[in-house]
Formats: sequence, structure tokens, C-alpha cells
Amino acid sequence: MKKDIILAGVGGQGILSIAACIGMAALDEGLFLKQAEVHGMSQRGGAVQSHLRISSEEIASDLIPEGKVDLIIAVEPMESLRYIPMLHPTGWIITSITPFNNIPDYPDIELILKEIWKQPHYVTLDADTVAKDCGSIKAANMVILGAASPFLGLKPGSIENAIRKIFDGKGEDVILLNIKALQHGRAFALKNM
Amino acid sequence: MEKLLLLGDEAIAQAAIDAGMSGIYAYPGTPSTEIMEYVQASPEAKMHHIRSLWSANEKTAMETALGMSYAGKRAMVCMKHVGLNVAADAFINAAITGANGGLIVVSADDPSMHSSQNEQDSRFYGKFALIPILEPANQQEAYDMVHYGFQLSEDLHVPVLLRITTRLAHSRTGIQRLERRDQNTLRLPSNLKQFILLPSIARKQYRELLTKQSHFEAASDISDFNRYYDHADKKTGIIACGLAFNYLIENFPGHVVPHPVLKIGQYPVPRDAVNLLYESCEEILVLEDGYPIIEELLKGMLNKGKKIKGRLDGTLPRDGELSPAIVSEALGIPHFRGNEVPSIVKNRPPRLCDGCGHNDAFLALNEALEMYGRGRVFSDIGCYTLSALEPLESINSCVDMGASITMAIGAADAGLVPAVAAIGDSTFTHSGITGLLDAINNNSPITVLILDNSTTGMTGGQTSSAYGKVEDICRGLGVSDDHIHIIKPLRKHHEENMAIIQKELAYNGVSVIIPRRECIQTLNRKMRQKAKVKSMEVPS
Repeated sequence: MKKDIILAGVGGQGILSIAACIGMAALDEGLFLKQAEVHGMSQRGGAVQSHLRISSEEIASDLIPEGKVDLIIAVEPMESLRYIPMLHPTGWIITSITPFNNIPDYPDIELILKEIWKQPHYVTLDADTVAKDCGSIKAANMVILGAASPFLGLKPGSIENAIRKIFDGKGEDVILLNIKALQHGRAFALKNM
Repeated sequence: MEKLLLLGDEAIAQAAIDAGMSGIYAYPGTPSTEIMEYVQASPEAKMHHIRSLWSANEKTAMETALGMSYAGKRAMVCMKHVGLNVAADAFINAAITGANGGLIVVSADDPSMHSSQNEQDSRFYGKFALIPILEPANQQEAYDMVHYGFQLSEDLHVPVLLRITTRLAHSRTGIQRLERRDQNTLRLPSNLKQFILLPSIARKQYRELLTKQSHFEAASDISDFNRYYDHADKKTGIIACGLAFNYLIENFPGHVVPHPVLKIGQYPVPRDAVNLLYESCEEILVLEDGYPIIEELLKGMLNKGKKIKGRLDGTLPRDGELSPAIVSEALGIPHFRGNEVPSIVKNRPPRLCDGCGHNDAFLALNEALEMYGRGRVFSDIGCYTLSALEPLESINSCVDMGASITMAIGAADAGLVPAVAAIGDSTFTHSGITGLLDAINNNSPITVLILDNSTTGMTGGQTSSAYGKVEDICRGLGVSDDHIHIIKPLRKHHEENMAIIQKELAYNGVSVIIPRRECIQTLNRKMRQKAKVKSMEVPS
């Protein structure tokens, strides 16, 4: 088992919370893990990405080799396209469709979505609305994680356990909200794969 | 023991705690910051009374760590690569004094300049200082090297340089811990003159350092961090340093490379192993994530030996960090590249946060300077350097910590009047104070903006040494009270702030304007914490 994942977004959007959940679940299943993060200057509203590698065998490089990515998980649609050269022909893009517009020349969202829909494998979802329906827009990242979960090769139970551990101390309400968001995201992906 | 999921930086910090370190000294700098932050947050470090406060700059950090080593205890000092330039005087001379308690200097390089102004390779500094260097290939080695490094430092009475790079520092993986060691007790050096570098003693100490070179080489020869893997395809022999080893083996199924490989993790370079590789193979490929140090040594000035491939002959790019793809191309292994990035995707560079006070300060400065024209704002290293980008485009220089004030003095000396310096509060106490003293003694016609967000912002909001002291320092240096102004950088005060800047630009002497408003990031963090505490309070 081996999954090479790129997490993409804009500095401050919290892609690392998704990475933390996947990482925790992978460790629980006894897998090897490497996760390269971006800290420093780019965190100030710039494009950020994290390389996350999980495998049943030992992992060498912290960076995923070009063209070997199995999964791009994006919390912002334009950012999902930035890492296309890394994607393997059988790889999937899972992305939120809500733009984060902090640049003067942000393209028309319709054109961005058309570009994503040209790719062979994708799941695009309105994570913000799904999260709102679950109880809070703050859980949008967990909706995205849920939509990515059928492709991760991890047991749904271990991802839920990871959420329990990571949100431990924030109260049972918060944990249940995030698990609900995860499940709704997963259900959407299973229906729209 | 259960594995811990740690960043490379955090693995180094945990290792130092486990290896009986008594104090850690640092100034924040990407990608080294998380080492100190981890120790500061560690309950174990607190329990063992490990000293862990930020220093004013890397030089003071280096010297303080040397003082702890003098007193017989283990100390670590951490910085980003350019921080080692600031600490260089102390660093080079610490090699001459030697260490008493174990002393590890961590320098975090940033090849590809993700968050830096250059990509200098700290291994040159280690070679320059004539001390052993450790360069981990992965986070577990980084952990192990700290234990080993403290021991090596105490056995050979020398500081040890631990050189890491961004990818190792900021990548997370499972770490297996070693057994805990106790801290050293207070123990003076056996020779109380060892640290007095008067020429007569320094000459003796330097000769001792030169004599120790053979011990350092012997340690490298038997080090577990240097490994020779013999394989059948002897057309090309490969030297892979640090992280480059991972990029190499990533390209082969089962991580088995068909060529002989020398993995280097400890310097001086293990000479016998290099010789064996050179003699057994037709040509040598050198993979270094940084400058071509070993490649250059092997080639020599005349390059009359076997073919040496690497960054100098174009087999690898001359600059930037390595990657699995770059290494596969160097080896002639085909690799798949996905589709091009669609042209619709626009760049998204970093920018000042919404609501950041720096934004309002620069809007006022821009307007105040309109009558003089562009090209007279010297700036410094910090979040405010982002004012170079659209839409502000306020500044004209960013060179090194503190250079804003001193470059403004020089430009004013040349006749560029008024000249403006824009520097942050933390950068000011790091390296700006002496420059301001020069300006006072020179009576330079410059206007200094000390952008005070009350934190070290760019690296994530660490305590600023300047906190609550900026105007007192300026007064103490001799800036006249009439020409020190504290302004609040808010849109609603724009006209008023602009008028103050304009008035001081016209003054023929040193003025200091302090736009003071807390960093929006640290402010938000505090508000969230407050809300959390409130929600936890039980209503009476």
C-alpha cells in the first residue's frame, strides 16, 4: 500500500488539519509516513502545499517525485490545478469549488471548474455548503477530507478515530460535527466518483 | 517506546532534551524556528529546567551557548543559514577556544530560497572553522546525530555543526527515541586559560585545533553516518550527501541502487571511502543539496582526473534544491511528467495580511514621499519586506538584518536626501541599534520608521526583544525627543500620520517614527485564547 498525496490551498486555510488527520490515521494503521510542510513566507496568504506520503514500506524522499501523485486534495479550486504536472494519469483531484480570491487577477470560477472537469478523474464539491448544513462552515476541511477518504486506502474508522484524537479537548459537540462533515463528504464522493 | 510524529526541527529539539542539554539559544529564522519553539512548549524541558528563551540575535545566542559550554553544560544554538553570518565571529573563534560542555550549532540552510535572500551552504562555514559537521539524511538521523554530536563535542572538546535544510526541517515522520541522559553538573574547563584568545594563547589553541583534524577525520572514517554500499554497475560511482541520498534511492525499486554509493553524513569527508569509490568506478556523480563542495574538491583546480559529474558540469542544475526528478534526469532514468499547469492558473505570491498595520504605515509613507519621487526607501528583513510587491511597491532594498538604517546613512552621505529606513521592531534590536548610533554620530538626514508590531511576525509571532523598549533605546542613543513620534497605523489616522512623516522628511537630522499596532495574527491568537478561557469558566 502506498499513497502519495498533495494537499493544496492558500496560506491560512488550514490544509495542515487535513494532513494531521490523515497522518494520525496512517500511524494508527501502522503505516510509514512522511509529510513535508511549507512554513515561513508563503504562509502569508500565498499558495501553499504539503507533500504527504503514506506507505506500508519505508519511504525515502520527503518530496513526491514528479508524475507520481495519486491524489491532489485542495481546499481551493485554482490551487488544485497548480500541481497537475505532479499528478499520475490514474490520479484523482478532490477539490472544494469555493474560490479564495486574494489576488487582483483571479480568473472566472466557471473557467477554473471547466479546466478541472477536463481532467480524467475528479470530485468537485461545494464543501462550504455541505459544512454549513452539518452545523458549521468551519468543518469544510473535514468535508473535503471525507470526499478524499475513499481514495486514501485507509479504514473510515481510523480517520474518525484520528478526528476524535485531534479535536480531543474541544468538546463532544465539535468532534461529532467534524465526524458528520467527514461522513457527508465521503457520501458525496461515493455518489459522484 | 512509542514513535513520536515530529518535524525534523522538532526531532532535533526532542533529541537535545533527551541528550541532557541544559540550555538552548536562538533567534527565529525559517527553517530553524521550530527547534526552539518545541523546547519552549515541552513539559519535559520545563521539568528538567532547560533554559529556552529567544536571544536578541544569532551572535548573542552563539556567545551565550559558548558560555554555557565553558561552564561544563551541554548547549545548543540554532539559526537559519544567514544567521550564521551574524554569529560568524563567535562561531569561528569558538572553534579555537574549543568546547567544554557539549556544544552543537544548528544551521538550517534554505536551498531554493523558499524564505531567504540567498542559498549559502553552511558546510563551508564548518570547513572554514575546521570543525566536524553532521548532515542528516532523514529526521531519525537528525535525532540520532544530536545524541552523537554532544558526545563527539565532549570527547574532542570542539563545537559540532549540525547542518540541515528546509525539506528535512519541515517534514514530519515517526521518530524512535533513545535513552535519556542526565545533564552535566557545573564543571569549569581544566585549563582556565583555554577561552582567553590572547595571541600567545590563541596560537597554541589554533595549533591544537589543527592537530585535532586527524581525530576528526578518524571519527568520520568509522562513523555510522558515512556508509559505503558496493554494487555491480561500476561505470558510475555516486556520492550522496545528506538528504540527496533519499532523492537517489527514491528512483530505484526497493531502494537498491545498482551503482556503488557513498552516503555522507559526517565531515571531514571520509577520505578512504572516497578513494575506494574513485578507484573502483569510471566516473563519479556527486549529489549535494547545496553548493558543489565535494564536487569541487574532487575535481581540483585542473580537473585532470576521472570525470566528476554534478552541479559544475551541468549534470545537475547549478542552483536550487535537488528533487527525485532532478536526480533521475542526472542518472538518465526516464520519469513521467504530468500535464502542464493550465494557463488559467495565476501566481499567488505571499502578501501582508488583511488588517495588518504595516499596510497603513506604508500607505502613509508612499503619499508622504510623493513630492520627492521614488527610490529612497531602504528596508530590512521581515513581513514588511512584502511591501516591495504590488500594490504598495514602497521599498527599494532588502539585504541583511539591520541594513536599512546603515544603507540610508550611506545614501544620504552620497546626497540622496531625504533617505528613509523601514525596519521592524525585532530586526531593530537584532541589528539596527548600532546603525542608528552611527546615524546619530553622523547627524545623518534620515527618517527611520521602526514598524512596531510588538512581535517577530514573519516567523510566526515569537517574543520580540524590542518589546516595550523601542523609544527608550532611541532616546538613549541620542535621538532628540522632538523627533521621535509614535503613530497608530490605522486608515482613519492616515492624513495625520502622513503629515508627521512629511514633517520629519523635511528635517535635516535623524528622526524616528514608530508606527505601533500589534500584529493581526498574534492579536487574533490572543482573542481566540481569551474566548476559549471564557467558555471554560463555569458561570456562577
